[in-house]
Amino acid sequence: MKCQACGSDEVTVHLTQIVDKEMHTFHLCERCAAEKGLQKSSVPENFPLTEFLAQMEGEQPSVEAETRPPACSYCELAFSEFRESGRLGCPHCWSSFETQLRGLVRRIHSGSQHVGKVYLSPDPSTFEREKRLGVLRRKLERAVELEDFERAAELRDQIRATEPVA
Amino acid sequence: MSETRPIGEFGLSWLDASGEYSDIVLSTRVRLARNLQGHAFGARARVNDRVAVLEQVRSAHGRADLLADAEIRELARLAPRPRRILFERRLVSRELIGKKGTATAPATALVLSPRQPLSVMVNEEDHLRIQTLLSGLRLHEGWNALDALDDELGRELPYAYHHEFGFLTSCPTNVGTGLRASVLMHLPALVLTKEIGKVLQGLAQVGLTFRGLYGEGSEVVGNFFQLSNQTTLGKSEEDLVDHIDRIVRQVIQYETHARQVLLRDAPSVTEDKIWRAYGLLRYGRSVSFEELMNLLSGVRLGASLKLLPGLRVYSLNKVMIFSQPAHLEDAAGRDLSPAESDAHRAALVRRILTTEGVVHPDEDIGDGNGAPKGPG
Repeated sequence: MKCQACGSDEVTVHLTQIVDKEMHTFHLCERCAAEKGLQKSSVPENFPLTEFLAQMEGEQPSVEAETRPPACSYCELAFSEFRESGRLGCPHCWSSFETQLRGLVRRIHSGSQHVGKVYLSPDPSTFEREKRLGVLRRKLERAVELEDFERAAELRDQIRATEPVA
Repeated sequence: MSETRPIGEFGLSWLDASGEYSDIVLSTRVRLARNLQGHAFGARARVNDRVAVLEQVRSAHGRADLLADAEIRELARLAPRPRRILFERRLVSRELIGKKGTATAPATALVLSPRQPLSVMVNEEDHLRIQTLLSGLRLHEGWNALDALDDELGRELPYAYHHEFGFLTSCPTNVGTGLRASVLMHLPALVLTKEIGKVLQGLAQVGLTFRGLYGEGSEVVGNFFQLSNQTTLGKSEEDLVDHIDRIVRQVIQYETHARQVLLRDAPSVTEDKIWRAYGLLRYGRSVSFEELMNLLSGVRLGASLKLLPGLRVYSLNKVMIFSQPAHLEDAAGRDLSPAESDAHRAALVRRILTTEGVVHPDEDIGDGNGAPKGPG
């Protein structure tokens, strides 16, 4: 497909805009897209996180600079690298950058506390087990309410399997 | 060692249009992102991390009942064409196969269940992406199936989990439940009546986002929109799924209403658009994929409104999947140039429209005095 603006180069950028409740799509070559101020980013298109991170940076640069955390002790990812790519390096990064990430996830999601499924590791502690049983019992009640008895039977079995052996 | 087993029927069960509202909702897809403790995530993982993750998945999958008889396909051992077929069936991401299907990141793999529409992508951005793809609107069913498989895998695999943040992921936009549910919808009447902008703006306000056919970064073609949840943390999986389900049902209502408006206010234009699209597909000799998607949109609307009697949604779903470039090459048994591809595509569509669902255009001649006949 040829660029809609210059008509000569191949299309590499597809721009969808919603103006006055109407959707318009433009197919542009890289040069014309750049002229319109659209730049190809190194992260996947349609991915708002890095932009979001850049905005956060802009809002509070001095505080951030002082409290910039040391790199992750497990994978050595620096927080600045995360800001650029929007991707963490390993599960341990979540502990290394806990404070910063808490602020971030609160702004992206509807909170920072996970309220969904509780993971029962292959060697669960009593606390985890109780938490999980609570979730399973809630699900069972819901299945009974919806008269999904097949699901309810499955859940009952799961509750039995999760309950500590007396 | 290269892999020669064919991809077969994997990932095609949704084509049967057996799900609720399957004329408007093509498919429901639900996925969970999971990672294993002690290994770097996708982009930063070294070869030994990736191999170790795949080995753990390999041993866990043997003990998971829901993955009984499942096959593990290592992408590096597949030829580019089968890799592209997996992508065209939305079983693997573009990142996993590379732009032309030539990426060979070590130890990336796909676990495919032959009995149920369940699969697991291994060593993508996250270590595991457990997913299901179903016909029509079946969000709760999809989540329940994944929940059960996730339980089985979680008993064997040490997931990375945090008491506050939940299931840990490479990208903070997936953390918590790791759940992304997307519903592929066909919304031609909302586009034709120019109501779509309002609907899409509304989606953002209720925490949903939309993408094109192939997910993140892909363009909307043929009025096919993929709606999905934007947030993954702070709500339970059931609440997330309930919420999307409610919104999608609302969008279905809007679309249905817009269709009634089209039939009431512009019956002849609507019918004409549908029949022209059908005519081009039925008799065309060369059609690009993008053109096909636009024509399929008209024909799909016609089938759904019963203006093209005898044409089944199943046939149209089939056209959509099997007319993609790698699928055409697979049928031809060789590589195809873009021009050849367009010709093969047109031939495939003609064949399917001729053999499945015969439509009789002469039923629609009107009253013979040149006045157009209204619908129904």
